[in-house]
Amino acid sequence: MSLTDPNLTESYLAMTRRKRLYGGLILVVFVALMASGFKVADARNAGGFFDGLHRIFDFPAEIFSEAFAKWQNLPSRFIDAVPALIETLNVAAVSTVVGGIGAMGLAVLSTRGLAPWPRLIPVFRRLMDVMRALPEIVTALVLIYLLGGGPVAGMAAITLHCFGALGKLFSEVAENADLKPVEGLQSVGANWFQRIWLGVLPQVAPNWSSYALLRFEINIRASAILGFVGAGGIGYDLKTALQWGQGRYDAVVAIFALLFLTIVAVDTISDKARSRLVRGGKLKEGRL
Amino acid sequence: MSLSMTDITVATRHEDLARSFARRKWRALAVPAILLVYFAYVFAAFDIGGVIAQAKPDHAKVLLRDFWSYKTQVSHENRTGQTVVAIEGERRGTYPADAPPDWVHRKGETTAIDLPGGASVTYLPGTVARLEIPQFGPVTVALDGRKVTLELPQGKNLPDWISASRTRVSVDQGDWRFSMTRNRTETFRYFPGWELFFFTLDSPFHGKSVSQLVSLALWGPRVDPAMPNIQAMARDFWNNNMWHHSNVFWAMAETVLMAFLGTMGAGLIALPLAFLAAVNFTPLNALRLALRRVFDFLRGVDGLIWTVILSRAFGPGPLTGSLAILLTDTGTFGKMFSEALENIDGKQVEGIGSTGANGIQRARFGVIPQIAPVILSQLLYYLESNTRSATVIGALVGGGIGLLLTQAIITQKDWEEVSYYVILIVLTVMAMDSISGWIRRRFIKG
Repeated sequence: MSLTDPNLTESYLAMTRRKRLYGGLILVVFVALMASGFKVADARNAGGFFDGLHRIFDFPAEIFSEAFAKWQNLPSRFIDAVPALIETLNVAAVSTVVGGIGAMGLAVLSTRGLAPWPRLIPVFRRLMDVMRALPEIVTALVLIYLLGGGPVAGMAAITLHCFGALGKLFSEVAENADLKPVEGLQSVGANWFQRIWLGVLPQVAPNWSSYALLRFEINIRASAILGFVGAGGIGYDLKTALQWGQGRYDAVVAIFALLFLTIVAVDTISDKARSRLVRGGKLKEGRL
Repeated sequence: MSLSMTDITVATRHEDLARSFARRKWRALAVPAILLVYFAYVFAAFDIGGVIAQAKPDHAKVLLRDFWSYKTQVSHENRTGQTVVAIEGERRGTYPADAPPDWVHRKGETTAIDLPGGASVTYLPGTVARLEIPQFGPVTVALDGRKVTLELPQGKNLPDWISASRTRVSVDQGDWRFSMTRNRTETFRYFPGWELFFFTLDSPFHGKSVSQLVSLALWGPRVDPAMPNIQAMARDFWNNNMWHHSNVFWAMAETVLMAFLGTMGAGLIALPLAFLAAVNFTPLNALRLALRRVFDFLRGVDGLIWTVILSRAFGPGPLTGSLAILLTDTGTFGKMFSEALENIDGKQVEGIGSTGANGIQRARFGVIPQIAPVILSQLLYYLESNTRSATVIGALVGGGIGLLLTQAIITQKDWEEVSYYVILIVLTVMAMDSISGWIRRRFIKG
């Protein structure tokens, strides 16, 4: 009887209409925001979108034609860029490892049930939020002022960001850890460190390593970008080659290609490793 | 017999177990050892010892002092005899000659400066400065011809906070400094806070306390007859020509705009492409594979390279930055969305299809409701993370707050502005984070 209740049908239809109205309104607002945002960005840009559109391939064409003309130089240019690439990879690797170790500590300190000082959980959380929100380039530029240019500034900057970014993800994983092993260890008199090391770490290790690998991919990109502002590595080489301009475009192409191949290779390998680490459970994708 | 069988299995199992434990023990030791060797290599490769040795602690001191304090300087040109009181020594922060701050007393050619801790400096006619320093005594610094002379209280040796040479005498007491050279006599007094952050000296609201400002805003007489006080305050704050709040605000908005345009544009482009790249929707398998490669390419060519290429075509500015974000994220979103599409439940689509719906309708009512939460939460997630990336890309392409930030850092003296921008960026990113988290919890997962 209630199924044929006219009021029910009516209210259902009214709800649908309202839902459609809201959806339509959101769509209109969204389109308006996109359009006006595009206009503003276009107006504030040095060159307009439609003027530049047909020139988008000019620069790639220019560098590739020069590199093509000097194709016999390319192998040596590749070899020239390898030490800088290794530096970039080292920056990424060290900051992932150090950042990961720090993030482990921060994650445990800010997870309910595991933290040794539960009152300080909000403090550590805020601390991680700030470290995560701080763009690497800021830290890097300040450190370049203090330490002089070079990979160390970039490394410290990425590490700091890693503490916050990985710490948050690690703590989300740790929150879902089963506390029974911890209680069991406590009952046999294990101290706090032993409880974490033997009770929690084995549970979270696959997810944590998976996130750390994802972070490594991101850190390679970040380390290349920081090189561009003076923190060494392949980004710095790219900048000097670009500033030189015509005549060094073969080096630019070599750096582009090397960076591209490295990123694709690391992405592919870490993708495979991650899906082996967290079989079944799907990992939240994305930049962190 | 069965007993001995069990014995054997127990024995072999024990052996296996022991071996696996030994293996684990070795692995547990090997991992830290490898890491240690690697760190030692990096330490040498990056010359970390050398970097630390070359670090500039005085830069750090300047940075920290600038971060929490500002200085007002009273400078006397020894040649012309002119005395000027200026905040941070900037023209825009110069006090009018007849209205110095209340800790500077001027009478004719004499200027007396009160300093913290009961100290004082007096500029006397004839380029002589008399410093009264409690617990030390009077110090006289004078210009004698081309030489700067120093006279200490009787029986005192030169302390380490005074440095003296033939051309320069300087006294550094932490919260104030004094120096005399041939050309100039200067006293710097440090105050906590950021100078003229709200109102500059030409604003009638400068130097008022919070309670005075509140009462002026709420019931005080109009300072500017043309508008209410609160509006005048907003105008003076907004047009503050020392901190340029309006410019900073627009730069920050530009950065957020770059992130918004880039993320949403990438989502709009990636969604239809993801249908073509998903195994269960693609019309042509070759097309699917080709699109997958395109996504990989877009992601692999890093944001840095896109930025470089695009800024050649479009010039510096926010549009270039948002296009760089758009290109990279189209690759990421294309991959993620097509994976989400491959994981949907086919029954829902079948059900819609059984009512006679066509392809578009099946997609709209059978597929989109299933993947919408995934898509929306990813978009929001990236919007937040791209706000930070937009700062970095802005620094490279010259747009938004990233540009202001790099400019302020390059001058190497406006650290208070750097900290202002950094705090603003951190707050904005944190706000985006909590807003997107709130939307995700409220509308998508709840």
